[in-house]
Amino acid sequence: MNIGRRFFLRTGIALTALAALPRALLAAAWPEKAFSAPAASGALIDLFGSEQTAPSDKISLKAPEIAENGAVVPLKIKTTLENVESISIIVEKNPRPLTATVEILPGTLPEFSCRIKMRETSDVMIAVKTDTGVYTTAKEIKVTIGGCGG
Amino acid sequence: MTGSIKVKAEVSGNIAEVKSLMLHPMETGTRKDADTGELVAANHITQLTFTNNEKLVMVANFSTAVSRDPYFSFKFEGGKVGDTLKVAWVDNTGGNDEIETALE
Repeated sequence: MNIGRRFFLRTGIALTALAALPRALLAAAWPEKAFSAPAASGALIDLFGSEQTAPSDKISLKAPEIAENGAVVPLKIKTTLENVESISIIVEKNPRPLTATVEILPGTLPEFSCRIKMRETSDVMIAVKTDTGVYTTAKEIKVTIGGCGG
Repeated sequence: MTGSIKVKAEVSGNIAEVKSLMLHPMETGTRKDADTGELVAANHITQLTFTNNEKLVMVANFSTAVSRDPYFSFKFEGGKVGDTLKVAWVDNTGGNDEIETALE
């Protein structure tokens, strides 16, 4: 009889079950460090542990080419990637590039619309985290009047 | 900040579409008050959540760069007409609000 081994197995099974809890039960805290990052690369590292991403044509970002008012830039984001865990908006030239990060919970469609502020003309990157990696698309949005109230 | 949330949630087939608007200044912390010339402190929604009956369906984390009076819309599966939808936000100053509506 090997009680130690049996105990180890049971504990292991319990831990695995814990790890498999639906993410819906564990609303993650606001990712303060990623939101504070002064560069897009830092935000990616803080969010995903790596700045390594792959471009994907399965992500759609609908936005105006020219935003006359940088205080209100409407974005419509959608992806056909599977097993999406989160979608993040990164405005590369904003002082704090990470603008929003949205958890896609089981049963929720990987799409949303919102409005953001842009200080100046910039690439806007959408980063989609799936179970296989982080995929991105980017689009330049020209801003006529900056929207950070400076 | 009661009364800050407007929400409309409509079911079509198996999909519920949620459209919401929160009244909130979303101050960046870099804007100067026009009269005093002093910086206005950052004051922004950090987390917006939507719960269908007891199930969390959306967690949106915001920085100061989400526009004033944030608009947010999304879709989820499995909602039924009459289901309860709770919308709640918290901000970086400890402010919060929530509202309950029914799926239409």
